Amino acid sequence: MAPPRALSEFVAEANEVLETLAHDVAVLDAQRGREPEPDLLNAIFRAAHSLKGLSGMFGQERISTLAHHLEDVLDALRLGKVLASDALLDAILDGVDVLTLMLREASGEAPSDETARRATALTETFVRLASGGQQTAVDVLDEVGLDPAIRSVFTEYEEHRLRENVKKGIALWKVRAVFSLDDFDQRLAGLNATLKPLGEVISTLPSSQPGDETSIAFDLIFGSPRPQHEIETAVQTMASVQPLTNKPVRPRLVSEPEPDAPRTRPAPRPPVFASDVSSPELTPLSSSSPSGVMQGAEPSLRSLAQTVRVDIARLDGLMNVIGELLTVRANIHRLADVARQAGATPLPKLWGQELQKEARALERKLDELQAGVLDVRMVPLGQVFDKLARLMRRLVRQSGKDVHFEVSGGDVELDKLIVEELSDPLMHLLRNALDHGVETPDRRIAQGKDARGLIRLKAQQLGNQVQIEVGDDGAGMDEGRIKQVAIERGLVTRELTDELERRDLLNLVFLPGFSTRKDVSELSGRGVGLDVVKTNLARLSGLIDIDSRRGEGTTFVLTLPLTLAIIRALIVGVADRTFAVPLNSVTEIVAVKPAELRTIERREVLEVRGQTLPFVRLSRIFGLQELPVERHFVVVIGLAQERLGLAVDALLGQEDIVTKPLGGRLKGVPGIAGATELGDRRAVLVLDVAALVEELKRPQAAVG
Amino acid sequence: MEPFKVLIVEDSRATREMLAAAVDLAGGVEVYTAVSGFEALKVLPRHRFALIITDINMPDINGLELINFVKKNPNYRHVPLFVVTTEGRSQDRERGLQLGASEYLVKPFESETLTALVQRYLKR
Ligand SMILES: Nc1ncnc2c1ncn2[C@@H]1O[C@H](COP(=O)(O)OP(=O)(O)O)[C@@H](O)[C@H]1O
Repeated sequence: MAPPRALSEFVAEANEVLETLAHDVAVLDAQRGREPEPDLLNAIFRAAHSLKGLSGMFGQERISTLAHHLEDVLDALRLGKVLASDALLDAILDGVDVLTLMLREASGEAPSDETARRATALTETFVRLASGGQQTAVDVLDEVGLDPAIRSVFTEYEEHRLRENVKKGIALWKVRAVFSLDDFDQRLAGLNATLKPLGEVISTLPSSQPGDETSIAFDLIFGSPRPQHEIETAVQTMASVQPLTNKPVRPRLVSEPEPDAPRTRPAPRPPVFASDVSSPELTPLSSSSPSGVMQGAEPSLRSLAQTVRVDIARLDGLMNVIGELLTVRANIHRLADVARQAGATPLPKLWGQELQKEARALERKLDELQAGVLDVRMVPLGQVFDKLARLMRRLVRQSGKDVHFEVSGGDVELDKLIVEELSDPLMHLLRNALDHGVETPDRRIAQGKDARGLIRLKAQQLGNQVQIEVGDDGAGMDEGRIKQVAIERGLVTRELTDELERRDLLNLVFLPGFSTRKDVSELSGRGVGLDVVKTNLARLSGLIDIDSRRGEGTTFVLTLPLTLAIIRALIVGVADRTFAVPLNSVTEIVAVKPAELRTIERREVLEVRGQTLPFVRLSRIFGLQELPVERHFVVVIGLAQERLGLAVDALLGQEDIVTKPLGGRLKGVPGIAGATELGDRRAVLVLDVAALVEELKRPQAAVG
Repeated sequence: MEPFKVLIVEDSRATREMLAAAVDLAGGVEVYTAVSGFEALKVLPRHRFALIITDINMPDINGLELINFVKKNPNYRHVPLFVVTTEGRSQDRERGLQLGASEYLVKPFESETLTALVQRYLKR
C-alpha cells in the first residue's frame, strides 16, 4: 500500500528503530545472569513492536513476521512468563542481526538464501521459546482491591508490573500532581526523577477530572516499599500521595514461595566478571565454549540511514542564534535606510561605528551558527561501539579463545559521517586482535600470561582530534613473518628489507596485496586487509600508527579529526598561487637548505630527525614556475603511516575552511580536493593529501 | 466551509505520514499530528478537533490512558476516537472499545479503510 518513494522513509526509520533495539539488546546482553531491568525489557519490547507495526504498514512482510515473533518472545519475557536464559538471549541477538540483514535486502541489496534460512530457523526458535509458560491462576490484584475504573486503562504490561510489585509485598500509591499545560512534560520528568530512587513508576495517567484551560492533573501509579510520609517528604509540594489500593498490600517474607516462583524469578547467577559489574562501560565477554556454528556473512556495520537524530535542545540553540541574526539583519536594514536617505550628504561618524558593531555581531553569530550546525552532526561513537561489541561477542565465542573485551569512550562524539565510516575498519582491527593477537589459553599459560586475553577498544578526545585505540595483550606482530610475506608477494625486495628497522617492517602490512586473508566475504563482504583499513582512514583524513611489542601485544592507534565539514588549513604560497593544506594531515613544518637534500633512486629525499622522507616540490606537481630559494619551507604531511615532505615558497597562515567540491574543468584533477574561499574572499584550491601521497608513491609520478 | 480538524497521535514518523495522507484523502480535513501522548495533551485544548486517531503503544502515556482522558473530559468526550495499533492482543482491544474508542484498527490495514472510515464519521 505504500508508494515507492515512501520506501526510503521506511528504511530510514526502521533503521533507527533497529539501532535503538541493537543498543538496548547489547545492554541486556551485558547484564546476563542478572534479573533484567523491567524498563530495559519494556524498551526492547517496544522497539520490536514498533518495527513490526512499521514494516507491516509498509508491506515489508518478512521483517514484520520476524519482528512479530521476536516481539512475542520479548512480551513473554517482560511479562515474566519465560526466563532470560542464555538460549533466549542468543536468539534475541541473532534476531537483531537477521532483521538488519533483511532491512538491507529491503533497501535494495540482493536477497540471500542464507538470510532466509536463518530467519526460518529463528522463527521456530522464537515460537518455541515464547510458549514457555502460562499466567498465574490467582490474580493478586483482585486480592488487594484495585479500583476497576483505574484498572481499565492499564495495558497488560502495566498490570503485570502492578502484580509483580504486589507479589513482592510492595505497596502501591497514587501520586497526584497538577501542572501547567505549558511545561507539564518537564515537570513530570522532574517528579519521575524524584520518585525513581524510591520505587517504580508504573503508569502515568492524565487525570480525567477536568482542570481549567491552562493546567492538567496527573495520577502517577507508583510502587514503593517506603512509608507514605517518606514519599511525601520527597515530592514535597510537587504532588500529593495516597494509597492506591483499598486493602493494604501484605508484605511477604522473602523465603515464602510464590505461586509461579520458578518461572518469574530466575535464581540470580553470579555475573560473569564480578569485578566488571560496577562499570557500565565495560562489556564482559565470556567464551568458554566455541559454539561451532558458523554464522553467515556479517552485514556491514554501517547503518543505512543518512539521518541524524538530534536532541531538541541543540536545535533550540540554533533557533536562538537565528533569532539573534534576525535582529542583526533588522539593524543593518535600518542603517541602510539611513544611508539611503542621507543621499549625497556625508554620513555621521556614529553610523560607521554602528555598522561596524553590527558587522562584528554578525560575525560572532555566524560563528555560533557554524559551531551549532557542526554540533548537530556529532554522534557518540557508542553507536558503533555497541554494534562492534555485539559482533565481537560472537566472534570470540566462535574462536574458542578466552577473551575479555573492554570498551571505553563510547561517549566521545564525532561527525556522523566519520562514525559510520569507522565501523568496518575498527571491526577489521578487532578481528585481527582476536585472530593474530590473542593466543590460545594453553599458549598464554605456557608463557606465564593470564589465560584470559584482553582486547581493548578505547576512544578519547584530544583537542580537536579523536584517538581510537584497538589493542590486545597477545603475541605482538612478527616482523620476521611480515618480511617474509612481503617478499613472497613481491611487494619489496630482500635487499630493501634488510635495511628496514622493525618499525618500518611492521608498516609493510599496510601495502596493498599484503593481506593473507582469502575469503573476502568473511567479514563484511568487502575486500579486507590492513591496506583497506588504511585507505578508508585516509579518506577520513585519519592517521594510523602501530605500537607492537613481541610477546606483549599490539595496539593500533587511529587519530581522526572531529569533523570533516570544517577544517583548519595551512595556507601556503607557491609561485604566484595560493593553496590550502588540511592541517590535520600536517605533522610538522621544517626549513631545509637545498644542499641538505639527497637523491636516492632518482628521487629527492630529506632527513627529518633520523627519518628519510620523499621530498616533493608542489610547484612541480602543478607545473608552476620554480623560484630559486635560499631555503625550502617543507610541510611534512602524514597520512595513515605515510610521510611526505612538500616544498612550498611561503607560509601564509592558518584558516578555518569549508571545502567545496569543484565542478567543470578542474573536477577530478588529481591532488585537488576542492576549492575554498579565504577570509579575504580569495578562492584557493585545497590539496587532497591522500591523493597526493597515493600519486607520488607510484614510480611514474610527476616528481622529477 | 471550515475544514474538519483531525488529530493523529502516533510516534512512528513514517506511519504518521502515511496515516496523515490517508486522512487527507478523505477531503475537507485539516490534519494535525502529535508524536506522543504528552504532545496530544498539549494540542487538545488549542483546537476543536472533529476526530482523534491514536496509537496505543507510545513512550509517555499509553493510548488507553489518552482515550480515558478524552472520554472522561466534558470538553472532548463527544469527539469520535479511532485506535490504530499493532496491539492485536484482545485484552487491550476490549479495553480500548470499553473506554469509548469508536473504531479499532489493527495494523497493517489498507489506507483506503482509514480514508473511508474518516469520511463516514465526518459526514456533514
Ligand atoms: N593484533 C595483531 N597482533 C599480531 N599481528 C597482527 C595483528 N594485526 C595484524 N597483524 C599482522 O599483520 C598481518 C596483516 O594483517 P591484515 O592486513 O589484516 O591481513 P590478514 O589478517 O589477512 O593477514 C597479519 O597477517 C598479522 O601477521
